[in-house]
Amino acid sequence: MRRFSAFAIAREALRHHEGWGRTWAKRPPKARYDVVIVGAGGHGLATAHYLGKNFGITNVAILEKGWLGGGNTGRNTTIIRSNYLQDPSAALYEKARSLYETMSQDLNYNVMFSPRGVIMLAQTHHEVRGYKRTAHANSLQGVQTEWIGPERVKELCPIMNIEGPRYPVLGGLWQARGGTARHDAVAWAYARACTDMGMDILQTCEVTGIRRDGGRVTGVETNLGEIGCDKLGIVVAGHSGVLAEMAGFRLPLESVALQALVSEPIKPCMDVVVMANTVHGYMSQSDKGEMVIGGGTDGYNNYTQRGSFHHIEETLRALVETFPMISRLKMLRQWGGIVDVTGDRSPILSKTPVEGVFINCGWGTGGFKAIPGSGWGMAELMAKGHSPLTEAFGLERFREGRFIDESVAAGVAH
Amino acid sequence: MSRRLKTGGRLIDRDRPVEFTFDGKALRGYAGDTLASALLANGQRVMGRSFKYHRPRSVVAAGPEEPNALMEIGTGARFEPNQRATVQPLWEGLSARSQNAWPSLAFDVGRVNDLASRFLPAGFYYKTFMAPRPAWKHVFEPFIRKAAGLGSAPTEADADRYEFKYAFCDTLVVGGGIAGLTAALAAMRAGERVILVESRATLGGRAATDGAEIDGKAAEDWIKNAVEALEKSESVTLVARCEGSGVYDHGYVICTEDLTGFKADKSGPRERVWRIRAGRVIAATGAIERPLSFAGNDIPGVMLASAVRDYLLDYGVSPGERTVIVTNNDDAYRTAKALLEAGLRVPAILDVRPEVNSPIVRDIKDLGVKVHMGRGIARVHGNDAVTGVSVCLQAGDGAVMQEIRCDAVAMSGGWSPVVHLWSHCGGKLLWDAERAMFRPDPARPPTGADGEGFVKTAGAASGALTTAEVLADAAETVGGDAPSTAVVEEAPIRPVWVMPEGAGPKLRAKMWLDYQNDVKVSDVRLAAQEGFESVEHAKRYTTLGMATDQGKLSNINGLAVLADRLDRTIPEVGTTTFRPPYTPTTIGALAGEARGETFQPLRRTPMHDWAETHGAYWEPVGHWRRAYCFPRAGESHADAVSREVKNTREHLGMLDASTLGKLLVRGPDAGRFLDMLYTNMMSTLKPGRCRYGLMCDENGFLIDDGVVARIDEQTWLCHTTTGGADRIHGWMEDWLQCEWWDWKVHVVNLTEQFAQIAVVGPNARRVLEKLGGMDVSAEALPFMAWADGTLGGVDVRLYRISFSGELSYEIAVPASRGAALWSALMEAGADFDVMPYGTEALHIMRAEKGFIMIGDETDGTVVPQDLGLDWAISKKKDDYLGKRGQMRSEFHKPDRWKLVGLETLDGTALEDGAYAIGEGTNANGQTVVQGRVTSTYHSPTLDRGIAMGLVARGPERMGEVIRFTRIGQEPQEARIVSPVFFDPEGEKANV
Repeated sequence: MRRFSAFAIAREALRHHEGWGRTWAKRPPKARYDVVIVGAGGHGLATAHYLGKNFGITNVAILEKGWLGGGNTGRNTTIIRSNYLQDPSAALYEKARSLYETMSQDLNYNVMFSPRGVIMLAQTHHEVRGYKRTAHANSLQGVQTEWIGPERVKELCPIMNIEGPRYPVLGGLWQARGGTARHDAVAWAYARACTDMGMDILQTCEVTGIRRDGGRVTGVETNLGEIGCDKLGIVVAGHSGVLAEMAGFRLPLESVALQALVSEPIKPCMDVVVMANTVHGYMSQSDKGEMVIGGGTDGYNNYTQRGSFHHIEETLRALVETFPMISRLKMLRQWGGIVDVTGDRSPILSKTPVEGVFINCGWGTGGFKAIPGSGWGMAELMAKGHSPLTEAFGLERFREGRFIDESVAAGVAH
Repeated sequence: MSRRLKTGGRLIDRDRPVEFTFDGKALRGYAGDTLASALLANGQRVMGRSFKYHRPRSVVAAGPEEPNALMEIGTGARFEPNQRATVQPLWEGLSARSQNAWPSLAFDVGRVNDLASRFLPAGFYYKTFMAPRPAWKHVFEPFIRKAAGLGSAPTEADADRYEFKYAFCDTLVVGGGIAGLTAALAAMRAGERVILVESRATLGGRAATDGAEIDGKAAEDWIKNAVEALEKSESVTLVARCEGSGVYDHGYVICTEDLTGFKADKSGPRERVWRIRAGRVIAATGAIERPLSFAGNDIPGVMLASAVRDYLLDYGVSPGERTVIVTNNDDAYRTAKALLEAGLRVPAILDVRPEVNSPIVRDIKDLGVKVHMGRGIARVHGNDAVTGVSVCLQAGDGAVMQEIRCDAVAMSGGWSPVVHLWSHCGGKLLWDAERAMFRPDPARPPTGADGEGFVKTAGAASGALTTAEVLADAAETVGGDAPSTAVVEEAPIRPVWVMPEGAGPKLRAKMWLDYQNDVKVSDVRLAAQEGFESVEHAKRYTTLGMATDQGKLSNINGLAVLADRLDRTIPEVGTTTFRPPYTPTTIGALAGEARGETFQPLRRTPMHDWAETHGAYWEPVGHWRRAYCFPRAGESHADAVSREVKNTREHLGMLDASTLGKLLVRGPDAGRFLDMLYTNMMSTLKPGRCRYGLMCDENGFLIDDGVVARIDEQTWLCHTTTGGADRIHGWMEDWLQCEWWDWKVHVVNLTEQFAQIAVVGPNARRVLEKLGGMDVSAEALPFMAWADGTLGGVDVRLYRISFSGELSYEIAVPASRGAALWSALMEAGADFDVMPYGTEALHIMRAEKGFIMIGDETDGTVVPQDLGLDWAISKKKDDYLGKRGQMRSEFHKPDRWKLVGLETLDGTALEDGAYAIGEGTNANGQTVVQGRVTSTYHSPTLDRGIAMGLVARGPERMGEVIRFTRIGQEPQEARIVSPVFFDPEGEKANV
């Protein structure tokens, strides 16, 4: 892999940049791989990457129905934080956050991880108690968070109205090392690293069937023909249920649309990420200058990747109340993604009833921040059969009632 | 040099001059001008700076697609960044400022990026700024952020307000050009309810500017007649200055109407958002002209040919004295004609087509204009303004054949239908190679619930280009006769994506595709070279089409370049997704009227005003405000709470309990229904009696609790938590409507119909007796009984229930009598040392008694068994919601966290949310925990800290001392005790 640097750019500039090669290779599929990953989003690519990097498994193909990174990896609001309440979640998201910190250097691709800090606002006494609880939990989980008062909130985010008539800001949970990253670049960086290890990334390759022999996976059928494998990782977010059905099992998932929107770009005015769960909205400013805004999920199941207007209205109403200066900005674009939500709103990283088939799904509204941790744990699970990071996230937890419920800490998409 | 012509300008009123300022300079325009036309009229060509290279830019368009001329309008609480000068009507006193330039528009330091542009190709930032690691956060990112962005951020809250309007119609026509008018007339004649919205102030669209004859009349007259006919009809609503912004499922359309943006008087709402439910949507949204990609196509003075025509004919403004026209189609010849008729010079027309002989081309040649076939522009000369062009063969590599001096260039690369509204809900496009455009595929419209298409396009939005085609298409779309017009013969377009065809890297690096974001032909080619082959990848890598115009000018040209580089066809590459809104829409308008006090409804109980005048400190609880405490002068909140608790325990306290949910459940199957909803048995409850009940979700987790009173044979009144009232009502309806729809039960939410007052403390009975009217003795009204009667002359329902451990009554009265009864009780209670108390005293007293609180002891992960509430779970019932869930293994593990009381060794209170520290660390390196605090208070009654918590095997570990976290301090030790801290035998309530 050719190393990226300012010097490399300068050198290329002299020949009109005609020497840059492909970011990831384009090759026809082989007949067989040790591991096939379905889904070249962030989670799938990260899984493949750590299979190679941590376990030396490089005879890997990553299959993508559409274009790499085109699902929720490329549709989210890019927030990275690990201030989760429950131990298994905190472990996973903190692992991810720490990997994000060095990702640009590790992968030699600038993913623009920006540890600008995340505030989760408390606007009711109930929320105050909830976030204090999270601060206590985080102190034992090795996650650096801090309960801060309203004055400090205002200092960190001067555009906020902390004395709204309806819900005055009572304080917040502050994670200084949380932030944002450039979502597309995360997928591209992993794809480049996977290619570098000799893995195959097959775009516009749709899985149409999963081949099994005596309860064990033997390969997949695709529009590019049959591809054999020993192990299969299904990492397809909103369409997990469809793939599971091909493999002959069902998943406790519902798919709903989650929307986001951006304003027109403006000069820097907000240096932190703010999430306001009581009023249902969150906002940050991208490096380009757009205010990046998200809210809750639609109330009905669907696959349309659009979403309804009333949610946009609700979210903007909440954010104009919280940040009155955005009122005269203009919404540039709104879009939707399909998120797969489990009963306890925590993901599934698990073996499945089919031997050799592993599944990584159910990230719901908060998968982007988990990408490196998810890939790290999933790779370990696929390579060794178990991983401390993924152990609590098995499918059997729904049967056993062993839920990992974060709803107390996050009533809103994130 | 641009200037105002002596005559002309059909939209301006030369009798009404308008004063305005630009960058502090006082200028004059006319009523009817846009800010852009007025600036051009004043010779101000440079209007903005591009996003990345800070290149000087002028307007390239005359409509909403403008990417360059973005400005800051107004000041203070009426400040707005990024407004397109092309759609900003001029008004007296308008102040506009240039943006994204420092120190000034004419001299911008950021231009240095342009000089270094060779080192800043698409995606360069992914390849650098990585070392040293902290530099991104502290050096590179802040620098990039400052350089990026466009206008400044507003600093004040918005002075204006906005409103919604809801409307329904059979047909919504978006666009009031001749296609939209034809469609609306046809729908009107068919007897439909019609709404027509037009984003500009005047109807008629391009036809009036370009001139044509319709039904034997001049287009302008035909339009006037059509508008009059529509205005006369009662079934038609015409709305000008209103843009069709987004189409959503089921024929839901958002339109935004400008109410004050065009005038000096800013009173009244600024914008109105129309929320229209339409049977069908006719998108008569026209088409947008495409630029051509030649070197220097962004230099101020290079403009779309149609825009040149608009400025000339609509505003009487000349963009230049000598305008070279470059085109690949016939339409640009209309611009030549307009220029010549205005007395301006057209030194040459460069037409890439090898040979054309259509009537308009012949006409122009006959006027003596030099028309060069097969030629294009090799390069535009100039820096801040066009000074000339180099001419080359389109088929060549850019070898210069001729230099032409000029001060403006009018370009036309063909037209793209505005398909946004068609596409928002999934309408598909097809590539029409003959017309070189993506147009709606009539066979694949966005479909509604009935599987039928609910959006259609009419006129240019369908891909129709000539007046005759437009009218015929509009009539066909709606079903009606097309107005008659002459068929004009036009020569076909010759698609040109790069000019000249064989341009090398140097030229390609000066051909702009996306003006605002500074994306050039070379950038898209680089993206393809680096493997960003999907159109979505190319967009995201280069930022093509991500600017505020969302690719209206750039997308088709960009994807054609991508297709060429990949050796694919244009339809193979496809488009990116069209998303609402069509043009950027004010956030405040979308948020609507709900601001400040009206952001969310504030619910007040009947006793709210009394509490307010008696110094209540309020706490938001859901949409309610509840009194947290009633501090007296000089008292802290903690002091007040302490006093309220003590007084209630020793004498008498009164609480406004009106916010508690009150759900009336009635019907022959009501008992059976409640037996399913509650864990305990409600069907066996006798009329006149109350029972405490628990509700769980299907997973078995506790979701609500409260006292249920049986009113009569078929009627129960279920009390829920304050926060649960609406949620539990919905929960009940969910089960009744979706699962047990055949059960005869109905539920009514009576929460607001009743005021409820808790009268609590040793003197509670005495004060009721003093009011008189009903027997409140222990014999007549034992614990957990209720009775109807009168108190002090008011009809009441009296419950003998207690959430404090004291002798306690809750009195329910119709909401209208709540305030009167409260005052009567306060007055009567004066002899018994009555005091009001708030929610915090309520919480403390329940905690002293070990009563759980939904939301404190529960968090969605707790089953009743965890809280020692097994007694409230019926063993006799076959089923209840949550029963199966509670059978799962996790809830029966011996080390399950269970409810206990906690007493600190030093008597202080534990911290809210503290965790109990266990032994060692787990496999992920986290400290093992063994429990947590769920409620913690300083108990005024016991004068020490008390807490409730969930601890692993807690009830088996009475007396054990464990450690709890403290933020920033050493852990705190606490002893596991019974959760009932006060009056464990319940003697105080039992009197």
